[in-house]
Amino acid sequence: MLSGFMVNAWVVAGIVAVVAGAVGFFVVLRGSAFVADALPTGAFAGAAGASLIGVNTLAGVGVFAVLGALGIGWLGRRGRHDVATALTLVLMLGLGALFLSFSTQYAQEIYALLFGEVLGISSNEIAPVAVLGAVTVTALIVIYRPLLLTSAMPALAEARGVRAARVETLFLVLVALATSVALPVVGALLIFSLMIGPPAAARSFTDRPALAIGLSVVIALGTVWAAIAASYQTNWPVGFFVGALSAGWYTVGRIAAAWRRSRRRAAAREPGVHGRQTASVRV
Amino acid sequence: MNAILRAVFEPGFFTSAPVRGALLAGGMAALVSGIVGTFAVLRGQSYAGHALADISVTGGSASYLVGITPLWGFAGVGVVAAAAMDLIGVQRRRGRDLATGIVRGAGLGLAALFLYWGTASTSTTGATVTVLFGSIFTITGSTAAVAAVFAAAALGIVVVLYRPLLLSSASPDLAFARGVRVRATGALCLVAIALAVSLSALTIGAILSTALLVGPAAAALRLTSRPGLAVLWSAVLGLAATWLGVLLAYDSYYWPPVHQGWPVSFFVVALVLLFYLLSQFAALRPPGVRREAASARLTAARPDEAGA
Repeated sequence: MLSGFMVNAWVVAGIVAVVAGAVGFFVVLRGSAFVADALPTGAFAGAAGASLIGVNTLAGVGVFAVLGALGIGWLGRRGRHDVATALTLVLMLGLGALFLSFSTQYAQEIYALLFGEVLGISSNEIAPVAVLGAVTVTALIVIYRPLLLTSAMPALAEARGVRAARVETLFLVLVALATSVALPVVGALLIFSLMIGPPAAARSFTDRPALAIGLSVVIALGTVWAAIAASYQTNWPVGFFVGALSAGWYTVGRIAAAWRRSRRRAAAREPGVHGRQTASVRV
Repeated sequence: MNAILRAVFEPGFFTSAPVRGALLAGGMAALVSGIVGTFAVLRGQSYAGHALADISVTGGSASYLVGITPLWGFAGVGVVAAAAMDLIGVQRRRGRDLATGIVRGAGLGLAALFLYWGTASTSTTGATVTVLFGSIFTITGSTAAVAAVFAAAALGIVVVLYRPLLLSSASPDLAFARGVRVRATGALCLVAIALAVSLSALTIGAILSTALLVGPAAAALRLTSRPGLAVLWSAVLGLAATWLGVLLAYDSYYWPPVHQGWPVSFFVVALVLLFYLLSQFAALRPPGVRREAASARLTAARPDEAGA
């Protein structure tokens, strides 16, 4: 389980988890689950196109994801945001269907692109994924403050002169980058589980943003590594375990949030310091 | 004249049985998706529609495993997922997308497992592609009959709930005050969306059925602000996209680069998007016309007319 090609899988999955956990926190905070869902699914078309003209899959995915992010940002300013996202998504998927019909790929490879294939990662694939991951995390740190401000308090951000539209576009591009990192590993359809399950759980455990991001990364790491181990043992697809574990984390988070709420309510009923202490601002 | 007709409709277009089946089933799916989709867009539930489409992949792959028509799986799992989404809170706007996404993720995880089992045990390697991208030219008569029943059920929900649905989409508080059961209405609307999506999943594929649900409806809502007219426009645009798509796919048999025809799904999606972009120009009308339309919409959604 720890030898040869499996080491590559552990390393790449670790990078994916860190990126997805960190970017995912903002996806959950901003409530932009649809975008985080649409970009990876649509970027799958890029992989199909890349294999058709014979270039690197990662390049195809990256180009499609970034174009999709810009397309959603552009269309979203001219109409309903969810409609813009849906239409950008189906356009990319339609192109994907076209590319697939041109290519002579086996159904097995399509399946791997959609649902993930960790065991086929070679050691020269690690470097590009690591570089992309580092770029994404660095960019996230650079725009951390404006991003947090526009997500949590849009009115205050506007008063301070933060340009919400520009931050939104930058954020979409970040999601696109995270997508490119994760797509070859967990697959187009399930990156998104990793991007919302762990962060949603982390947010219910703590109100402090930095702590929540850290917790989210830790949970994402646990999820991916557990999924790979389980997949190795059972031979079942990694995507299944990622999806199931993420849903599990979300459930745990919901229970924890309900428990915290009831405790806060009980504390508020008691007069005195307790009530004031727990009534902190929730970011 | 005849020469032009022959160039547009490749020989055999009207006599071929697969084409007739495709026109029939595709048309049905487009009509239902267009009509139900108007409400999905009005209620801001594009994402729920997309997630239900993705989840129906689970049903499609499960029915391959047990060996029944994918349509049963598409619709069955779609309805169950709609119930699950309602249960964990799609009615609140804030956490709604998150809840939707979690259900979708779990559903797709299961789909991955089912497809894996399917390919491992029976080596039906075409299952992945068929489930995801549809197979409009292989629809049999018995499947079409089942599809008609589902279509009738979805349309029935919309017809019966037309007024309360419209009212609760426009203003949930007002609808509640008028005695509309907002939550039950929302849940039934999700079921109608699930059924509509399962029909399109059969024709243009599960992950592309969002196109027929959202595209024509969004274009129609730009063309008119009167809900009744928007439903009609949406159905017409959806139907046009599907039938033109089938025609183009049939014609494309001799097109490069591989001489085996381009996928129907691609044409349908491209046409839907074209309609949406064109609708923007139609929406640029003089302000007087628009004000008139806006007042017409207000009349349509006025509470004293909406008998709930």
